[in-house]
Amino acid sequence: MQQAHGAQGDPLTLNADLVGRTYPPTAPYVVGREKVREFASAIGDANPAYTDVAAAQALGYSDVIAPPTFAFVVSYAGTALAAADPDLGLDYSRVVHGEQRFAYTRPIVAGDALVAKATIEAIRAVAGNDILTTRVDLETEDGDPVVSTVTVIVARGTAEEDS
Amino acid sequence: MSPAADVGAEVGTELPAQSFPVTRASLVRYAGASGDFNPIHWNERFALEVGLPNVIAHGMFTMAEAVRVVTDWLGDPGRLESYSVRFTRPVPVPDDDTGTVIEVTGKVTELLDEGRAKVMLTATHEGQKILGNAVAVVRLA
Repeated sequence: MQQAHGAQGDPLTLNADLVGRTYPPTAPYVVGREKVREFASAIGDANPAYTDVAAAQALGYSDVIAPPTFAFVVSYAGTALAAADPDLGLDYSRVVHGEQRFAYTRPIVAGDALVAKATIEAIRAVAGNDILTTRVDLETEDGDPVVSTVTVIVARGTAEEDS
Repeated sequence: MSPAADVGAEVGTELPAQSFPVTRASLVRYAGASGDFNPIHWNERFALEVGLPNVIAHGMFTMAEAVRVVTDWLGDPGRLESYSVRFTRPVPVPDDDTGTVIEVTGKVTELLDEGRAKVMLTATHEGQKILGNAVAVVRLA
């Protein structure tokens, strides 16, 4: 963004007009049983609900369920839509993950086809860092809510100087 | 309603603490499984260039490990209603066979309506907190 770069007394380099902007739903992410098993294995989590269909069914689910933070794997495509919005002006090369929140209507289940709907919730500048808060709602293709996620990303140092 | 057994809890109930090892191999596996190939999590040369002390663990890896204290306690991970953290300090992972360790404890801090409870998690690495405001809300029955 040209308008605010280096401007004295205006540390906000991101375009605050984008607060409230929503993005079109992503193409459906189809949750695969083997992907869930791979993810559970990668985090070392042996809970049988993630790998054993019978164990998951004994808990009342139709198939294996995904570990709670698997939702981020799906929601990230929505976050990226916002973060890469050319109108925003975020220097993506300097971004770190500041905060993450999940609110579950139900666990993600193998076989789900999930769309991610992103909204920019907040844009701030704190101590020289640009901070972007994006909410991404994961829903079935029929619009049933599954999990709502909030991702806060921090672009280090971008609000005090531009290289 | 979950067919899993009810979980007894009162304010102050401590969840079984756990230690989670993290090696470079853990991070490579997590990168592949999650699709997060940011080189700060696997390329030491790149991590040092951008001012980090070493390759660091994915924040989402740490978040995934920490909540296992809650889901192992519940049995049914679907009883997790919400979970949130702030990433306050990175976890550097050395290039050796033992790697490092994330320590996690949890405590029930509040009983809520409809058989739910609030759990505060504490995650540390080498004695220092790595997550802030790590909170899970769970259904006990």
